[in-house]
Amino acid sequence: MEISITINGKEVKANIKANTLLSTFIRENLNLTGTHVGCDTSQCGACAIHLNGDAVKSCAILAAQADGAEITTIEGIANGDELHPMQQAFHENHGLQCGYCTPGMVMSSIKLVENNPNISEEEIRKGLEGNICRCTGYHNIVKSIKQAATEMGG
Amino acid sequence: MPDGGSTGIGASVKRKEDYRFLVGEGNYTDDINRPNQTHTYMLRSSSAHAKFSLDTSNASKAKGVVKIFVGTDMEVGSIPCGWQVDSKDGTPMREPAHPPIAKDKVRYVGEIIAVIIAETLEDAKNAAELIDVNYDDIPVIIDMQKALDNSKGLVHDEIESNVCYDWEIGDSEAVDKAISEAAHITSLDIRNNRLIPNAIETRSAIGDYEHATGQYTLYTTSQNPHVIRLLMGAFVLGLPEHKLRVIAPDVGGGFGSKIFHYAEEAIVTWASNKIRRPVKWTADRSEAFISDAHGRDHVTSVKLALDKDGKFLALKVDTLANMGAYLSTFASSVPTYLYATLLAGTYTTPAIHCNVKSIFTNTVPVDAYRGAGRPEATYLIERIVDKAAREMGISQVEIRRKNFIPVDAFPYQTPVALQYDSGNYNATLDAALKKADYDGFASRKAESAKRGMLRGIGFSTYLEACGIAPSAVVGSLGARAGLFECAEVRVHPTGSVTVFTGSHSHGQGHETTFAQLVSEKLGISTDLVEISHGDTNNIPFGMGTYGSRSLAVGGEAIVKAMDKVIAKAKKIAAHIMEASADDIELNNGNFEIAGTDKSMSLADISLAAYVPHNYPHEELEPGLDEKAFYDPLNFTYPGGCHICEVEINPNTGEVKVEGMTAVDDVGMVINPMIVEGQIHGGLAQGIGQALLENAAYDNNGQLLSGSYMDYTMPRADNFVDFKVGNEVTLCTHNSLGVKGCGEVGAIGSPPAVINAVVDALSELGVNDISMPATSEKVWNAINNAKDKS
Repeated sequence: MEISITINGKEVKANIKANTLLSTFIRENLNLTGTHVGCDTSQCGACAIHLNGDAVKSCAILAAQADGAEITTIEGIANGDELHPMQQAFHENHGLQCGYCTPGMVMSSIKLVENNPNISEEEIRKGLEGNICRCTGYHNIVKSIKQAATEMGG
Repeated sequence: MPDGGSTGIGASVKRKEDYRFLVGEGNYTDDINRPNQTHTYMLRSSSAHAKFSLDTSNASKAKGVVKIFVGTDMEVGSIPCGWQVDSKDGTPMREPAHPPIAKDKVRYVGEIIAVIIAETLEDAKNAAELIDVNYDDIPVIIDMQKALDNSKGLVHDEIESNVCYDWEIGDSEAVDKAISEAAHITSLDIRNNRLIPNAIETRSAIGDYEHATGQYTLYTTSQNPHVIRLLMGAFVLGLPEHKLRVIAPDVGGGFGSKIFHYAEEAIVTWASNKIRRPVKWTADRSEAFISDAHGRDHVTSVKLALDKDGKFLALKVDTLANMGAYLSTFASSVPTYLYATLLAGTYTTPAIHCNVKSIFTNTVPVDAYRGAGRPEATYLIERIVDKAAREMGISQVEIRRKNFIPVDAFPYQTPVALQYDSGNYNATLDAALKKADYDGFASRKAESAKRGMLRGIGFSTYLEACGIAPSAVVGSLGARAGLFECAEVRVHPTGSVTVFTGSHSHGQGHETTFAQLVSEKLGISTDLVEISHGDTNNIPFGMGTYGSRSLAVGGEAIVKAMDKVIAKAKKIAAHIMEASADDIELNNGNFEIAGTDKSMSLADISLAAYVPHNYPHEELEPGLDEKAFYDPLNFTYPGGCHICEVEINPNTGEVKVEGMTAVDDVGMVINPMIVEGQIHGGLAQGIGQALLENAAYDNNGQLLSGSYMDYTMPRADNFVDFKVGNEVTLCTHNSLGVKGCGEVGAIGSPPAVINAVVDALSELGVNDISMPATSEKVWNAINNAKDKS
């Protein structure tokens, strides 16, 4: 089937099989490999992207469902060479180690903060329930999000 | 501690590797695609123990199928175990054959029985559905105690027993005598719960054979590409090193599970020759649960003998250690040399004996997981010390202080083989007590009680042995490989530096920490330093990253190579400046003639080395590029104190971690930010083991906790902010004074958490709870205690 998606500001048209997951479409058809897949039960959140302004797990929906949508992936968050405040905060607070969960963490966290600019630590921790990190113990991720929240205007 | 300037030793330099990960441009194995590549689905056994037969005729004809291989197609060597452990009677361990694809019998759920290679992964999966498999089930062996009775069935008929080895260490007579004479004996039965490592990147491998040159390339999610090249090349596929290149690109976490040589690596490499196309395989998470090596899984009885004042006299330990169905790469060493040699802990216990039987069961192979043997040792020591204190009415702090190895006793020879070089256990305990506000605990407990909650505090004053290395030592203990490390330091003509290291970074931040070593020693900014790792064609040699060895062994190899660079650079500088090399001093990156204002920068010298017009040709070769192998004299011995504070809701059994304090002595700290991050991650895995995680099998050998729906991965809201500190005693046998920080969090913390839970429940008469201390388990313990009272 034919779909048309605006991804990181660019419109792409593609002919895909109807059962193609959005995460598969992003990684394999578009070769945007920053979106990661870490589980098969929609729990780890490594595949989180922004779809029409919401953080969404791209492994949990079909590419066909995104027909006509606007999508941003981790590759589309920075402003040229200037990192998004969330990316910058993860760097400054050592909020990543192996980097595998990081794209999903960053994408989820941006929406957490946009939806709740004065977010508390407890709300951050609860808000990350859909993103699993095995490396950091979350401590520095929480710190990163707190810093980014301040810089994003909270 | 030296301040090292802005990017040297001691500076919290922000990580050089972050940028590519933050913008989604990491390069993990599954991100790589080769031209004309095929995709593989591994059909895995759904039975834990069976003779089987399969019919692939329909599947072979299915859409997109390129080739299907079964066990008898792949006549190659057995997947090897890297460490031979002999039983106490001198007989070598039983080592069953481990074919990459099962031939006629399966021994665990998840074992590969057929390999379907197709144009797309979907085609491969669809074809797998068409394979008819007939299982003729055999009684399943899951419980280790039952496995001891060989008449109930064997996992491997040909080795005639389910016991891999029956091994011991220590002086059994001295221990028995001390126990018979002791004023007090404390006993405890412990299970160290089975865990699943769960790096968030699942394993993946691409085999790529180039017919024209006969070259094989394997891309794989590995912590140690050279080790894979050796094990797979020499033992399984019979490929010489010069024809086999192993690349481990960015790797998304390891925690031990990516040390081992796995069947899938051999299969894709071998198959890429058979079909003359690249072969790619990536595990999905459900597959990872039943194919990544699991961790821990010990059942142990322990007895501690004490004199009337609470001084330890003897420790007696009996352990059953689960090996799973086959021996994984390091499996045999984990419950022996990485476990029983640690049983002195931080204490002066004069007599120790440990007997370990390792057992084959119809489960996924068990091997090293963050800490590997040392968490199991620490857990039993710190639990029984805690219990002994309770029974004898001595405080948890006091009993530990009474038995600590004193600062002036180092080097300290334990009764279980190891000789500790340095440590100060009172210092880490004191600092942790302060950081955890131990003095305020009583009032916090009273405040909790007012709200009807139970509050407890638990301690762990642990020690571990890491920097896994001395080749001569591990060789005498059965290791079948050396455990040195290799590095090459290449100063380029204009003065920038590439370091080629045999260590492998999969989250540890080597690209930054190692660059800091160069910055410190050669006086250049980390911006001028690139760290290269993970490719056997680039790196001279390497033994990889595990056992917290990267800095203490790999980093030290870099220092040794830099020493050679500096020595040569001094000679070049001496020639050009017409001085004696003995008079050249290196200060802040400048090679100066002592007592003069004449100097050359590293860049001046390297340019002269590569454009050798004015050069001491009779004495030196051109170029500035040096290599070193480093093999340490001893393990390193980090230690410290972890204090956990929990609050328990007696109505629900819910355990909430209210405080987690860790003060560790990891030796010299190169990058405090990265070290703290390593400790945080270790603590999370330790608390995860203590409260949340458990790999559970039913009696039929089905893994009940086989997805993130059933296996409780720690999430952000399971934790509070960690309080982390450090106290430094230097390692005495490496030049940096470093010990290692990757595993201490996971080693020290589980007993602190459980001791805190027991402390909270002790007023109800509960004196033990097993890991993981889930709400259900705690609720039951509370209610059973109430029923008794």
